[in-house]
Amino acid sequence: MRTYEVTFIVDPVLASEEIKTTAQNYLDHLKSEDCEIVHLDDMGLRQLAYPINKRSTGAYYSLEFKSNSGDIVKKLELAMKRDERVIRHLVVKLDKFAIKYNDDKRNGRIGRTLPKEETNEQSTRTQSKPAQAAAAITEEE
Amino acid sequence: MAKRDDIKFLSNPNIGQSKKKYCRFKKYGIKHIDYKDPDFLKKFLNEQGKILPRRITGNSLKYQRQLAVAVKRARHLAILPYVTDLLK
Repeated sequence: MRTYEVTFIVDPVLASEEIKTTAQNYLDHLKSEDCEIVHLDDMGLRQLAYPINKRSTGAYYSLEFKSNSGDIVKKLELAMKRDERVIRHLVVKLDKFAIKYNDDKRNGRIGRTLPKEETNEQSTRTQSKPAQAAAAITEEE
Repeated sequence: MAKRDDIKFLSNPNIGQSKKKYCRFKKYGIKHIDYKDPDFLKKFLNEQGKILPRRITGNSLKYQRQLAVAVKRARHLAILPYVTDLLK
């Protein structure tokens, strides 16, 4: 059982309902392929760093799923390539640290501004330590 | 003769005592670099959006490699720009 994460950008010109159905389509597509959906993250409408297909914004979605077979990745990529509503996509395999990181992030154990400082807090650090670490990093900038 | 605490140095005595560099990922126990977090990744880029070398950031090779991959993924997803001016 491997965990994958697909991040894709949906065309912002579509109606907001259509954007949601696009994401839901892929969710159903994966479910029909015997994948276990871990989480669908709606990252919202974001400014693109550079224009893609003359669009300057995009609706970002990040979908984490588990699959027994790697064949699903090819199928998913093909489906996204053919889909005109999706302007950019990226499928990555997650290692154990990434899975833990995503899990921590969902449970709000990672701060917004300094994301990864607090991952090891549960085991060794006390509550105040990450704050100090944060201060140290900003000082350095 | 003035008091001791009136003595001023002609030049800043701290010049030349460079701080030891360290790998932030090792120091803070960061195991995974998220490519969806531009604010974090920007710390390792220069103003043109280029990845800073290890000799400046002090990253260990292991995490520099992972960082480079994360930055490139972010660029693909238009989270970070490929080329720009005045990123910061």
